[in-house]
Amino acid sequence: MTALEIAADVRAGRRSARSVVEAHLEAIAAREPELHAFNLVLHADALGEADVIDRRVAAGDDPGPLAGVPVAVKDNLATRGIPTTCGSRILNGWRPPYDATVVIRLRAAGAVVIGKTNMDEFAMGSSTENSAFGPTRNPHDPSRVPGGSSGGSAAAVAAGFAPLALGSDTGGSIRQPAALCGVVGMKPTYGVVSRYGLVAFASSLDQIGPFAATVADAAALLEAIGGHDPLDSTSIAGPPPRVSGVLGDGVEGLRVGVVRELTGGLDPDVSARLVEAAAALAGEGAKVDEASVPSVGLGLSAYYLIATAEASSNLARYDGVRYGLRVDADDVTAMYGATRAAGFGAEVKRRIMLGTYALSAGYYDAYYGQAQRVRTLLIRDFEAAYAQFDLLLSATSPTTAFPLGAKSDDPLAMYLSDVCTIPSNLAGHPAVSVPFGTGDGGMPVGIQLYAPALGEPTLFRAAAALERSAPR
Amino acid sequence: MTAAPAWETVIGLEVHCELATATKLFCGCPNAFGDEPNTNVCPVCLGLPGSLPVINRRAVELAMTVGTALRCEVRPSIFHRKNYFYPDMPKDYQVSQYDQPINVGGHLDLPDGTRIGVTRAHMEEDTGKTTHVGESGRIHGADYALVDYNRAGVPLVEIVSEPDIRSADDARAYVNELRAILVAIGASDARMEEGSLRIDANVSVRPAGSPTLGTRAEIKNLNSVRSLGRAVDYEVRRQIGLLEAGEKVVQETRHWNEDAGRTSSMRSKEEAYDYRYFPEPDLVPLEPSGEWRDAVAAGLPPLPADRRRSLAAAAGVAADDKAVATVVALGLDDLVTAAVADGADARLALNRAANEVAAAHVAASDVDASAFTAVVRMEGDGRLTSTQAKQVLAEVLAGGGDPAAIARGRGFEALGADALSGVVDQVVADHPGEWARFRAGEAKLAGFFVGQVMAATKGQADGKAVTARLRELAAGG
Amino acid sequence: MDTPSLTRADVVHVAVLARLALTDEEVDVFTVQLAAVLEHAADVAALDTEGVPPTAHPLPLVNVLRDDEVRPCLDRDEVLAAAPAAEGGRFKVPRILGEAP
Repeated sequence: MTALEIAADVRAGRRSARSVVEAHLEAIAAREPELHAFNLVLHADALGEADVIDRRVAAGDDPGPLAGVPVAVKDNLATRGIPTTCGSRILNGWRPPYDATVVIRLRAAGAVVIGKTNMDEFAMGSSTENSAFGPTRNPHDPSRVPGGSSGGSAAAVAAGFAPLALGSDTGGSIRQPAALCGVVGMKPTYGVVSRYGLVAFASSLDQIGPFAATVADAAALLEAIGGHDPLDSTSIAGPPPRVSGVLGDGVEGLRVGVVRELTGGLDPDVSARLVEAAAALAGEGAKVDEASVPSVGLGLSAYYLIATAEASSNLARYDGVRYGLRVDADDVTAMYGATRAAGFGAEVKRRIMLGTYALSAGYYDAYYGQAQRVRTLLIRDFEAAYAQFDLLLSATSPTTAFPLGAKSDDPLAMYLSDVCTIPSNLAGHPAVSVPFGTGDGGMPVGIQLYAPALGEPTLFRAAAALERSAPR
Repeated sequence: MTAAPAWETVIGLEVHCELATATKLFCGCPNAFGDEPNTNVCPVCLGLPGSLPVINRRAVELAMTVGTALRCEVRPSIFHRKNYFYPDMPKDYQVSQYDQPINVGGHLDLPDGTRIGVTRAHMEEDTGKTTHVGESGRIHGADYALVDYNRAGVPLVEIVSEPDIRSADDARAYVNELRAILVAIGASDARMEEGSLRIDANVSVRPAGSPTLGTRAEIKNLNSVRSLGRAVDYEVRRQIGLLEAGEKVVQETRHWNEDAGRTSSMRSKEEAYDYRYFPEPDLVPLEPSGEWRDAVAAGLPPLPADRRRSLAAAAGVAADDKAVATVVALGLDDLVTAAVADGADARLALNRAANEVAAAHVAASDVDASAFTAVVRMEGDGRLTSTQAKQVLAEVLAGGGDPAAIARGRGFEALGADALSGVVDQVVADHPGEWARFRAGEAKLAGFFVGQVMAATKGQADGKAVTARLRELAAGG
Repeated sequence: MDTPSLTRADVVHVAVLARLALTDEEVDVFTVQLAAVLEHAADVAALDTEGVPPTAHPLPLVNVLRDDEVRPCLDRDEVLAAAPAAEGGRFKVPRILGEAP
């Protein structure tokens, strides 16, 4: 059942929220030991929340548009009193004394938080193999990765553990696992969803977004969590984007540009699906042509300089003083060094080092400063492209899900898998991955749509059309 | 003694002041001093994972007010992260301003008219407070440390002067004037003993007349204006001593030891800490509108320099008159201006306020203005001698009362002019020999006659009036 | 712009700045890996960006401010319960050598 169907039934009293949660807990019990989508399943809490929903329905209240719907929440979102690990040892069981704004809004919409999902440590990775608690496996083929860093959330939806999940996307961490797991995953315009309570990786790139099995469900989740938050200075004024209402509008007359610079370097099966997706949209009445975003190639390097620089600063606070892991030492500086060495995994250390170097005296202009200028060039290229097109199109990931361990020894190879998703983060634009057929070996392929800032309505219109025309 | 080459002292001051807002810079926790540790904290000022800053409008307004009062240009600005590790730093970076600060290019005039340039006055957040626990309670020899984050996130303005200060006295005058401005505009309590005003001094020396700056040392741990003066004096002597011995001054940070009366080396500033500044991505730029800037400027109260000018004009004295400076510093200028407007002698009013009212340590608002005016007028008229006037004023300040009644009660009213003339005439008549010698030119006999008149009137004669009468008699015959 | 290649000494220096106590082996491995990434980033470093302003923010927002009003604080017990070590209502840390920069 879709989230919308569940919510309709629960609100109408046709089905209890408790039965919904129980059913999902059973699904989790069946496959979770194999897949490890969760770091924590909230059995008792979720049933408790479900009971509250049921009492409200019985009293004639409307609990909200997501009434009774279980939602899996990525483990870098603060949940009050519930351990929030960020996939890292360094938080060591830390229980936040507050809820992230999106979590508050989820509950206000009647949703039930069913668990905290596994992720690459501090959202740094594209496979969820960098979790301190072991990898998550792809439900379509458990010998393969689910993608990352929101691999747990993507797998949870793909495996039927929850109809909805929240993830975070800094360089593709929602869209890429969505593609690899065959679900819908979307990154909003920067500022549309509050980051208050999202443990920061790269502050100017991070966004929280929805995972769902259908475009309509993803739209409902986005509307529930989006909109201005006074606790986030980078939050755009105004209500969340109106996307549910436009899903049936189709793509007649919309101009869609296939990003030329991202058509190379794809696995043949992915490339084939991209061509078919373009054709499918054309068949629905869109005007499809080739678009150019020349700076896209530089995006990867610029991203790795900006993201790691911001991360090196954001992760400085994990120092053993106020919460989390502490490795004792004779003096505080030694304590810092020992704590952070023991608490962070290799990928996190690598990125902290890279970011620190990029900001350090003598190198700022050459690296971080330059990267911020590349960002400007990319934004200008997008502006030029959007003068001719309403939407852009590309693959989400150059490959389908790869085997566990295949890329984990080569950080550079892992970084290269983000090439299609990174540009939207740098520009702050919305983008969505929609499942579109399968590749060799039957693994899912995701196709990505891009829109300009605040173009969510157009984006969702096209995503719904793409979904309707996807190969079964 | 051989004349040593003349040395010039060059001082720049960095002053941090805590802004008097109700809440912290980036969160709604109370901005309060002295509360139980870690009770004024929240996810934001503790830097908990996932927390985000939101700027306090009042803090921006006060920062703009400080800049405007210091004649700075108020500009669009952004915040930067200053990255370093220390236990009092919840995020292990401080949100501050770097190369695009809110206020630039102003100045402050000392009471004597010397102009000290102000390079910038930028906003930043305060750190928590660390207490070292161990044998001596100081860093060296401590066993562990305890941290309180109540102060973390309190809004600060850091005011950086140009290296225009040339003496310890001027350094102290700068701080006192700056304090007075900050208090007058309501930006800060500016109390060094509470930590709402903190000073670091950059001190160097150079041969008098040299155009280049000498190597400077930064002095920290100055807990009072007096310490500032002492530390500057010590450091200048130390540096001159080094240079005259052919050695070099090391660019470094030095710690002022109040008990020992000396500065000692902390670390070399040459290994300048790499703060890896970059723009704060969790905040958006500040661009105060023209209307806002105009409103801030229009809302400035009279500053100490303005008040000194007004008072000097009302009293008909020079603007750099020392009594004027003291009177304004004590907030007694309205008192004096009112007295002068009411016919009191300006010089007398200034002096009585600057000396006697000051010495009584009463708040300006507790001084009975009409009583003050009455006393000064009585002294001016000659109805009270200086000594008597001071005594009456002291009693008024201590317990109130009507000056005329107090004077009568103490038997103070100096004799009226006619009665006094009569006494003088009688004394002259009683001492014809001395009178003849006085008239012949022995001017110092005036003292003899004044003494006789004093004896006759039991001290109630005004010496000046007696002398005047003697001259009158001598001239008139 | 010619960017120097990353040396082992650079890595050691950066690890100190970042307060990461790395083993010798980690330093060796990171030197190789980070140098490879930076070489890839050389395309950015070498780009002629004359006249191109940096983008710190994808958003054109300015002047986001809040009122100077007190809001509820955290309960101190809850805060200190998370602390690895605490004493007398304060966070306890090993001795601090050296003053704050």
